Amino acid sequence: MALVTLQHVSVRVSRLLILDQVDFELAEGEVVGLAGPNGAGKTTLLHVIATLQPVSTGSGAVLGASLGTPGQRLIRPSIGLSGHDPGLYPELTLAENVRLFARLVHRPLTEADTVLAQVGLEGAAGRRADRCSNGMQRRTDLARLLMLRPKLLLLDEAHAGLDDDSEILVDELVRRVRSEGGGCVMVSHDATRLAARTDRIVTIRQGRV
Amino acid sequence: MRRFWNHVMAIAGRDLRIEGRSGEVLSVVLPFAAVAVFVVPLATDPLTTDLSALAFPVYWLVSLLFGMQVALRQTGTESTMQRRQLALAGVDPLARFLGRVVAAATLIFSVTLFTLPLVILFYDPQPLPPLLPTTGTVLLFATGLSVLSTLAGDVTVGLRTRSALAPLIVAPLAVPLIIGASRSLESLSRGGGSLAWTGLLVMVDLALAMAAVFAARPMEEATI
Repeated sequence: MALVTLQHVSVRVSRLLILDQVDFELAEGEVVGLAGPNGAGKTTLLHVIATLQPVSTGSGAVLGASLGTPGQRLIRPSIGLSGHDPGLYPELTLAENVRLFARLVHRPLTEADTVLAQVGLEGAAGRRADRCSNGMQRRTDLARLLMLRPKLLLLDEAHAGLDDDSEILVDELVRRVRSEGGGCVMVSHDATRLAARTDRIVTIRQGRV
Repeated sequence: MRRFWNHVMAIAGRDLRIEGRSGEVLSVVLPFAAVAVFVVPLATDPLTTDLSALAFPVYWLVSLLFGMQVALRQTGTESTMQRRQLALAGVDPLARFLGRVVAAATLIFSVTLFTLPLVILFYDPQPLPPLLPTTGTVLLFATGLSVLSTLAGDVTVGLRTRSALAPLIVAPLAVPLIIGASRSLESLSRGGGSLAWTGLLVMVDLALAMAAVFAARPMEEATI
């Protein structure tokens, strides 16, 4: 069964055509890489799949919910998105950042501490996010994803700028999502990295697949 | 419903904790509000001006300006990625909106209550209005201003002219709040009833709340 199906999807922002008649499919247990030059539309496609970017024309369904319908709000908690910016609150500690999401998704607060320990941040959990390195912030983002247990994992350059240990954590997260019947879409400029980690690669150029 | 209110309180707690850490209201807004209250008596001739007559107009003007500053600052601190992460965590846009309103109203209420004794000290308005109804008036004013400012903050998200545009939206729309609050306090200080003006404040707060209910979801979809 397909987790994501997009048919002839176009996205136009002002007069700029960012995605042009894109077809895309992601099956259960599949990991797909999105490759292409800067400005090709990879991140926009990822946001369409995350139901965060409205489509101008075309249709699609994500985790059984049609795009542009109220139902997409219901499946959002099953989507995990990791982008260039981890979106942490700088004034909050790493633990508070993860605990906020534990509270929002009704998980015990102790689970936040457990996932922070899993990504090796138990010693830094009490530090404010703006006083942590970019790598630590990215690890916190991974901890949050570990706790949210998404069925659909969307990674936008998730390996970029990470040390070897953190890269392994990302790979473990992808493996876990895949083994639980979920799927993953991974955006990267690095074709070698994508080839090693994905089942197939979709290349986007000027908004076209 | 329990999940909804849990989200509201989580968002409000987040904003208040962030404010507690950054200390902007305590270290910037409150001192400036105090200076603003203090400047008017310095700029007027005490022999020809009856300062006590200026007390409540100055009080509400300062409350509007600094309350608006508090609320708009609150709404401007959320990044696009943070809004996206909340949407993906299943937070209802209305719960997110209400959470920010609760936090902003708490801060505006604190700023407004803080300036009241300063106004009494510098302007000596006589007779003083009773404390409990005054607190209720301030609370209704703070609630209305926080809803209005949060709406204006959301409408102007992502605009380059946001910092200038948002206050221009809030100030004229806050006129009924200012009228209701100032007349209510005046009436209370004269020993009269304030039911009509309190009613106006309640009506304005309800109208703003209805606008928020209808606008929160479309606004979030447009800004994530």
